[in-house]
Amino acid sequence: MIKLTNFAIAATETGRAAQYGEGNPFLEWAWLIVIVPFLAFLAIVFFGKRLPRRGGEIAVGAMAFVAVYAAVLFIMNVTGGVEFVGDPVEVGKIGTFAIEWGWVVDGLSSMMYLVVGLLAFLIFTYALGYMEGDVRVTWFFAAFTLFAGSMLLLVSAPNLIQLIVGWEGVGLSSYLLIGHYWEDKENSSAGMKAFYVNKVADIGLIIGAFVLAIPVGSFRISDILTAVVDNPEAIETVAMVGAVLLFIGAMGKSAQFPFHVWLPDAMAGPTPVSALMHAATMVTAGVYLVARMFPLYAEMAADARGLVITIGAITLIIAGLLAVVQDDIKKVLAYSTVSQLGYMVAALGAGAYTAGLFHLWTHAFFKGLLFLGAGSVIHSVHSNNMSDMGGLRKPMPVTFSTFVAGTLALAGIFPLAGFFSKDEVLAAFNHEGYTAVLVIGIIGAFITAFYMARTVFLTFYGTYKGHGHPHESPKVMTVPMMILAGLAVVGGWVNIPGLYTGFTEWVGTRAHPIAEHHAESFDWPVLAIGLTAALLGIVAGYLLYFKDKQTQLERDTFRIPLLWPLLEHKYYLDDLYLGGIVNPIKGPIARFVNWTNSYIFDGIVNGAGFLARAVAGVVYGVFDQRGIDLALNGLAFTTDGAGGKTRLLQTGKVQQYAGATVIGAALLVIGFVIFR
Amino acid sequence: MGWFDNGWGLSLIVFLPMVGALAVLFTPKANEAAIKALSLGFTVVTLGLATLMAFRFDFGASEVFQFGTSLTWIESINSGYHIGVDGISLPLLVLSAFVTVLAVIYSFNHWPEPHNPKGFMALTLVLATGMNGTFVALDLVLFFVFFELVLLPMYFMIGIWGDKAIMKIPGFNREVETRLYAAIKFFLFTLFGSAFMLLGFLALYFKSGEFVAERTFDIPLLIHLGSNGAFTGTFAFLVFGALFLGFAVKVPMWPFHTWLPDAHTAAPTVGSVLLAAILLKLGAYGFIRISLPILPDMAKDWAPAIAILAVIGIIYGSLACLAQTDMKRLIAFSSVGHMGFVMLGIASMTSVGINAAIIGMVAHGVITGLLFFVAGSMSHRYHTRDMGRLGGNMKVMPIMGGILGFTAMASLGLPGLAGFWGEFMALFGAYSPLAGLNTTLFRTAMVLGAIGTVLTAGYMLWMLQKVNLGEPSAEWEGQHFHDVDAYELTAWVPLVVAIVAIGVFPRLVLGATNDAVVSLVTKAFGG
Repeated sequence: MIKLTNFAIAATETGRAAQYGEGNPFLEWAWLIVIVPFLAFLAIVFFGKRLPRRGGEIAVGAMAFVAVYAAVLFIMNVTGGVEFVGDPVEVGKIGTFAIEWGWVVDGLSSMMYLVVGLLAFLIFTYALGYMEGDVRVTWFFAAFTLFAGSMLLLVSAPNLIQLIVGWEGVGLSSYLLIGHYWEDKENSSAGMKAFYVNKVADIGLIIGAFVLAIPVGSFRISDILTAVVDNPEAIETVAMVGAVLLFIGAMGKSAQFPFHVWLPDAMAGPTPVSALMHAATMVTAGVYLVARMFPLYAEMAADARGLVITIGAITLIIAGLLAVVQDDIKKVLAYSTVSQLGYMVAALGAGAYTAGLFHLWTHAFFKGLLFLGAGSVIHSVHSNNMSDMGGLRKPMPVTFSTFVAGTLALAGIFPLAGFFSKDEVLAAFNHEGYTAVLVIGIIGAFITAFYMARTVFLTFYGTYKGHGHPHESPKVMTVPMMILAGLAVVGGWVNIPGLYTGFTEWVGTRAHPIAEHHAESFDWPVLAIGLTAALLGIVAGYLLYFKDKQTQLERDTFRIPLLWPLLEHKYYLDDLYLGGIVNPIKGPIARFVNWTNSYIFDGIVNGAGFLARAVAGVVYGVFDQRGIDLALNGLAFTTDGAGGKTRLLQTGKVQQYAGATVIGAALLVIGFVIFR
Repeated sequence: MGWFDNGWGLSLIVFLPMVGALAVLFTPKANEAAIKALSLGFTVVTLGLATLMAFRFDFGASEVFQFGTSLTWIESINSGYHIGVDGISLPLLVLSAFVTVLAVIYSFNHWPEPHNPKGFMALTLVLATGMNGTFVALDLVLFFVFFELVLLPMYFMIGIWGDKAIMKIPGFNREVETRLYAAIKFFLFTLFGSAFMLLGFLALYFKSGEFVAERTFDIPLLIHLGSNGAFTGTFAFLVFGALFLGFAVKVPMWPFHTWLPDAHTAAPTVGSVLLAAILLKLGAYGFIRISLPILPDMAKDWAPAIAILAVIGIIYGSLACLAQTDMKRLIAFSSVGHMGFVMLGIASMTSVGINAAIIGMVAHGVITGLLFFVAGSMSHRYHTRDMGRLGGNMKVMPIMGGILGFTAMASLGLPGLAGFWGEFMALFGAYSPLAGLNTTLFRTAMVLGAIGTVLTAGYMLWMLQKVNLGEPSAEWEGQHFHDVDAYELTAWVPLVVAIVAIGVFPRLVLGATNDAVVSLVTKAFGG
């Protein structure tokens, strides 16, 4: 295991001097790629309905702009390297802490801009066809644009406050989009679930930001990282606590165990939403956060980073298993995403910055593609369930062939994109000495190939079991799929050990360079085992699922006792959260609190009122009426005076009550003073 | 503009609404057009002057009281007409003038029963004088007068124009009209808090004689004495406690909050709006303006207690929200939680926390004000506030539903909108409280407060799901519902704009407050 402390040396080893920086007009104006989506959002909300495509054209136009601008930045980074922090706009000061809006263009963010911009452009275009005739097409594109804009705001953040703003903006948009068909309570509940789970995890992010900002005296990421890198011993504890807390936030957005439960439910949204969410705009946010703050994690003691790798490893295996038992094609892909995110997180935890990001990059292409393919199928057969599909390769040839390309890429078959990134992740586990995680990763590779093969055979082979006549989707949908299929094939060729390692340089261009091990050549044994595992997975899928079977029960013949029910109930996590946390709070606890309010706190107030009224009655009857005690006359007068006032309200009983309450409240206050 | 800067401008902002109220009272009841024109005219001019003041305000010296004057008033007790604004009161003053105008506009076609625009407008205008006056008063007696002046109009607003439904008093076998119960409860609860506050003021007055030639009610002078350690020991402890009771009831802090849900629920829409937007701010403002700087040592002693109560308020208020069936009562309870964040900020006794409190107050004013507007308009149309019967409002009235959704998002503290800063900074303040305060306690409070933000999201989204989403229930079928009208839009759009503007550009508030708060904290706690 390497201890990554000496960054001064590391910087010269791995850091690349950026050719483009201050003064470059493209960089100075790069904030446009964040602002344009937000302006487009407003334009769609206010004018979208009047346009021929109900606002979709504004959304696609905005994303085209973002994609092109991001491509320019990306090419600048590829050709010479960019490192640029825009002059922030100070929008307020709290004590000595500045609140700033700004933007960062460096290797890491320019890669993310491209992923977000390109995927968003392709998926938005696809959505023009997919969402045609939808009940709320205009609002859909508005929220979709907000989704992309929030993600870009997050990626561009030079400080943690802006990052949090974008972060929660992503959460909001996902809530809106997942619950897009809110006529059904189930769908709006799924949106709420996503929001809540993320909000819980966000506590970690927000407190983590405090923990880091206080000793550094700034929310700026560069200040925090500089402090960590320059003087690791001085803020060791702070850095560790902060890193762990930030990671909790990342676990929410990147659907890591035990926060992954929202992601499968998020399938309630329209399919393009799932595609964008899984490829670019939401689940990658957590990985991006860890990558952005990576020097912090690199500085941490290995056992603290162990948390990150452990969570990643658990996630990758449990989610992979869940994907095997799903009948809903989108849920297979959803759990698959969770599992692949586990690979990315585990890679970052192992200190393999480039490998984690590389997998994010390839995954964006093939997972975006797979979701679009699933959407194309769903669009055609009007069902999410694979038991309603089958035999679709004939009527839907383009969807079929692109889906297979995505499947092979995800399964990690040579020479498609996923092969290179997954191999790099596995090689990193091996190199850093995490043998157990390596084994889990290889098992995960087998499972991945297996459930994807299962999906392909159930969907595209055998006989068609649904209703109606399936048909290929229109060009506006298939062309984006073909482009992504192309990328799913070649996307991995940008980082081949020993041949061409451009990607490493691209994402390595940043203010606080990452010191990490870079292999000179493939780790051949790991490569061989990993590839074999994937091939075996496909073979197993073929053996079990190629032969056509009618029902789900006949189909899944390998129901392992104990494990199968566990998987079908999603490890009972949802039941635990719902039964153990949400329902008690919503039900008995909330009702109890309300009860105390009515009967205890109000009861004291009202009781004091009634008591005082009774006392006043006695006083009035016994003393005042007999004309003995002048002093007490005054008290009775109070009762009368208050009564006079309420007579304005033209009621009978109130004046007595008012007078009584006056005295009662007086007693209450006196009680407070005496017994404090 | 010498006259404007030397107290006249500020006095006009305070007393113009009162003049307007008199003008309205001398207008014949039947002439509604004139009543409307007069009340709108007076409030708009007041807002204009307040805006002008904001533009003429010297932000470089926001810790200095500006536009003020000090005249002899009640010579026998050495109480003066001393007024002025600094960076702490300016945002609240502008907020007050701003929301009053919107309340007047909204009223124009939403007169609550039993109608009577003359009385309603006159009371609104008197209320405005009380609110504006409280924010500019720099003399304890003057402060007290304005603070109490607010009570009466609100009492009548609730009592006369409030909800006429008969309610059962829980635990007692009595029935009473909601508006009467709520009005009296509001009045008496506040009155008794302020009785103790007055005792505290008097105690300060008498004690001040030991340090200056003539006893004084003058707030800046008392601050000067207080920050030099004049008030200590049991005396100061009791005085702080007395002030605490007065302000805590007004905020309201748990467990003095029980008047609030009743008052809010029973009040007519405009009453709820003003109550939430401005009246709740008077208490917290009192803490910042009077308790903290005059009794800094005691503030430090009381801080843990305030933090604990604040956090209980956050959690308790949010949980209570989850049990409500009445939409307006839910929004009312949400104020308990939100004001809990404000008080948590104050309890941290840091510049971060006190800034959080002020921006939190302004944000709560515009957001919850808007929520009450929308809730009022909805119950006006559906004739019910029962969330079990509402639903699918996005289909029935999409624009109103959209505004409700937006405001609910702002209320749950979504970053990028106004509500975020108050919550975020209050938690930030609690993470790192004033040196000498118990860090463990405050950090626990911070974590609980952060859990409170999740609960807040919980009930807000739950409310949206119940009210806005799903299919409209069968009972509304075939009925025509008019989506937002021109008056509503005129009153609401400025609030929407304010929520976004403060969210994106918090300097609108922090630019005024920060220096003033830093100076306050430095003077009181030496850094």
